[in-house]
Amino acid sequence: MSKKILIVDDEPNIVMSLEYAFKKQNYEVFIARDGQEALNILESEIPNVVLLDIMMPKVDGYQTITQIKNNPQLTDVKVVFLTAKSKAADVEKGLSLGADKYLTKPFSIRKVVNEINQLIE
Amino acid sequence: MSSLVLIFIIVFYLAILFGIAFYTERKSKSKLVNSPYVYVLSLAVYCSAWTYYGSVGVAANTGVSFLTIYLGPIIAAPIWIIVLRKVIRIAKQHKISSLADFISLRYGKNRFLGALVTVVCLIAILPYISLQLKAVSETFEIMTSREDASIAIYEDATFYIALLLAIFAAFFGTQTTDASKKHRGIVVTVAFESLLKLLFFLIVGVYITYYLFDGMQDIVAKASLVDNFSNLVQINGLEQGFNWFFTIMLSFIAIFLLPRQFQMGVLESNRLKDVKTAIWLFPLYLLLFNVFVIFIAWAGKLQFGNAVNSEYYTLFLPLKNGNSFLALLVFLGGLSAVISMVVVSTFALSIMVSNNLIIPYGYLKNFKRNESLKNSKYIKNIRRVSIFFIIVLAYFFYYNFSVELSLYSIGLISFVIVAQLAPSFFVGLFWNRGSSKGAIIGMLVGLGVTFYTLILPFTIEALTGDASFTQQGIFNVQFLSPHSLFGIDFLSPAEHAFFWSISLNTICYIYFSLNTKGNYRERNYAEMFVESKNYTSLQEEAYVWKGEAYVEDIKDILVRFLGREKTKKALAAFYTKYDIKEEPKFADAKMIHFSEQVLTGSIGSSSARILIQNVVKEEEITLVEVLKILEESKDAIAESKAMKNKSKELKKLAKQLKLVNEELLEKDKQKDEFLDTVAHELKTPLTGIRAGTEILLYNPDMEEDDKSRFLTSMLQDSERLSRLIHNILDFEKLAKGKEKLDFQANLINKTIEKVIGSLQPAAAKKNIELRVKNTHPIKFQYDEDRMIQVFTNLIYNSLKFCEPKSGVISIDYKLGNQSIEISVRDNGKGFEETDVDFVFDKFFQSKNQNVIKPQGSGLGLAISKQIVLSHGGDIFINKNYKDGAEVIIKIPFNE
Repeated sequence: MSKKILIVDDEPNIVMSLEYAFKKQNYEVFIARDGQEALNILESEIPNVVLLDIMMPKVDGYQTITQIKNNPQLTDVKVVFLTAKSKAADVEKGLSLGADKYLTKPFSIRKVVNEINQLIE
Repeated sequence: MSSLVLIFIIVFYLAILFGIAFYTERKSKSKLVNSPYVYVLSLAVYCSAWTYYGSVGVAANTGVSFLTIYLGPIIAAPIWIIVLRKVIRIAKQHKISSLADFISLRYGKNRFLGALVTVVCLIAILPYISLQLKAVSETFEIMTSREDASIAIYEDATFYIALLLAIFAAFFGTQTTDASKKHRGIVVTVAFESLLKLLFFLIVGVYITYYLFDGMQDIVAKASLVDNFSNLVQINGLEQGFNWFFTIMLSFIAIFLLPRQFQMGVLESNRLKDVKTAIWLFPLYLLLFNVFVIFIAWAGKLQFGNAVNSEYYTLFLPLKNGNSFLALLVFLGGLSAVISMVVVSTFALSIMVSNNLIIPYGYLKNFKRNESLKNSKYIKNIRRVSIFFIIVLAYFFYYNFSVELSLYSIGLISFVIVAQLAPSFFVGLFWNRGSSKGAIIGMLVGLGVTFYTLILPFTIEALTGDASFTQQGIFNVQFLSPHSLFGIDFLSPAEHAFFWSISLNTICYIYFSLNTKGNYRERNYAEMFVESKNYTSLQEEAYVWKGEAYVEDIKDILVRFLGREKTKKALAAFYTKYDIKEEPKFADAKMIHFSEQVLTGSIGSSSARILIQNVVKEEEITLVEVLKILEESKDAIAESKAMKNKSKELKKLAKQLKLVNEELLEKDKQKDEFLDTVAHELKTPLTGIRAGTEILLYNPDMEEDDKSRFLTSMLQDSERLSRLIHNILDFEKLAKGKEKLDFQANLINKTIEKVIGSLQPAAAKKNIELRVKNTHPIKFQYDEDRMIQVFTNLIYNSLKFCEPKSGVISIDYKLGNQSIEISVRDNGKGFEETDVDFVFDKFFQSKNQNVIKPQGSGLGLAISKQIVLSHGGDIFINKNYKDGAEVIIKIPFNE
């Protein structure tokens, strides 16, 4: 069974790179432009990991992870923040909401891919 | 009216007064009791039976000169602000309990001076009180129509009334041993009576003027037909003018120095600021009291001629016209005036007699150790006995001597005697050289002159009916004749006596003050009095003393009068005030002064001093030393004042600093947030570029299509990055006012044309129409490039929110008040209500824009706002426009 990843970010250029890199790693890639779209996708798909930006229109990353963590069907889904918010307080908040990893922008694509691979192995 | 009924009414009235006094003592904290109006009304104790009955008599016989007695106080009233307030302040500072205490304290707690003042007051007031009793007796006779004046004492209702008054004064005047404590019961009763006597007098005035006659003019018209009328309504020449002058001066002094006035005005005063009410209300009270006097007098003259005693016209007129109820009211009003005067005078005198005469002269050794209750009982009893003694003495004086005397003449004699205190009192308040020797000699000389020129001839004439002494004087020497010393024969007897006695008194006071070597203790108190304001903050420290004293000994004396409990409390308060942790072994100057003050209320200042002196070993200090120390303490006050000012300034400064600091913190926070946002905004395109670069680098086998896709996105991101940096710098420049705008006279229609021209392609691409609604040429001063930037930003913004094809963006403008109003309107989604207040904030990005990133920097509208603000204008969203979005820009016409 192939690995599934949901990328949630409102910056199309960033999504483009991530999508390309994970597809190369044989991931099945889903894309959402904001939290609302992500939650919609999660109703039908259960990915191994959700790569989540924080500052997004409509439903932001914090609200999204809270929804995911409250959904019993999604207990196995790993959530990784990928955001420009890099202050210690932000990291702490993100982890306290239940994120499995907190990665900051700008990032190295290779490193992100490695981290995700490790996480779901 | 039968005497029994009248006696019953009198007793009933007295019972009411007792009730009021009793109730007041219980409720002494209530607002009414402590109101400034009560204070002012209590000052009206000035209006005794002399005012109530005597004025009419004077008005009937000698004309308008009765007014002089009220002009003095009216003139004095504004001066109260300075003098009375100062006196009150000093009295409070030193816990003074009587006039005698006040004067004796000023001259270094001089025992003899205190006693002398007491004697002067007694001589002045005793006959005065007996006159009041005479008024009661005579009015009682008029009311009961009794003819025979010579009755035995036990039959005389006046005697019993006098006794009741003594009981009243003794009961409410000696509630506490400390006489400097307030006597609210008496004060409120006096205020109540002041109200009644004025009311009843006005009622009878109205009755006589408007009921018995047809108003004031009617009385004047009828009276003017009578002989001698013109003499009654004018001042006759310069000589009479002098009489007026001296009588006004007399009453001016009396309003301060009559013991009852000092008691009410100074000792019973609650707050300094009540004096402010008094200076207008008290003159008003006196004025009201005198409105009808002259008309009543003429009315009486018209009706009775000289058939009855003109002093009692207010009683005779209603009685003759069958209105005995009104007469009864008048009688009660007069009785009120008497009661107030007698009660306050006797109890004020009793404090002087006990604290300045009996206790310091001989009773001191009788106070026992360790029996404070007994001692305070002794003190109270001395006062009670004094009260009875004074009233009984006054009664006998009346019974034996004053039958033939008029209210007016005795009243004036009292004033002249009391006036002998004036030089040492008034001058001593403002002149620190005034000495006790000067005060004593001046007072004795003044008293002697008064005795020779006024009391002696008056008494001889009254007793023997022989006027030869008055006319010829002693040894038949013409220029020594009592009523015209050294040929000054144009003054009336009282005014004449006043002139000579007060002149000689003052001269002696000043001469002997200047020519005696001052005593240091005296000078110490003189400084405290004269500079009372400065010493308010110094208090105990203003007292200069050197010597040795054991605290134990001083405590011992305090316990004798206060009891153990109160002594402990008083000392504890003292220690707390001066931050003394442990009871010291030796007492210092502060403590000596404090202890003397504590005792002053109970036994008078000179006794307090004598008692304390017995247990301390005082060292002599030279006058120079005292003055030096006082100078130093004055400097200390000035310094502490300066310090206070400084600390006030510092506080103000600290407050300002705090505000500035808060502002800075807020700015700092804003800066942090700004940097944070900037960092975030910069990271986003940077991330895109970095990720794209990596992909390209590690995937050399990438297809051409993908390659160009990544390269395009990276190019977009770099453009976004440079746009962002440019905008940030631009915004900062504008916000900090670093950039000077290039103001030129431009035509707004031309500017809009340029904007439309440059944006037309972008709009056409989205199929959105740009409409210009107004092309009217309006010329005004603005920076054209910057305004183009504003319009461009706004139109770009609208383009983001408009639907393709149906979208319309229109620009319009109109003239406002000294300004132009430009609007940019679209038919897009409009602003979210929650966004309206924030859209012009930097980095605000609506969650609802329907464009795909990367677009905009989040700074366009913020920069636009800065530009408009730099033009002195305003930019805002029209919340009422619901069919899309409308932004309005107002630019004023700058000359």
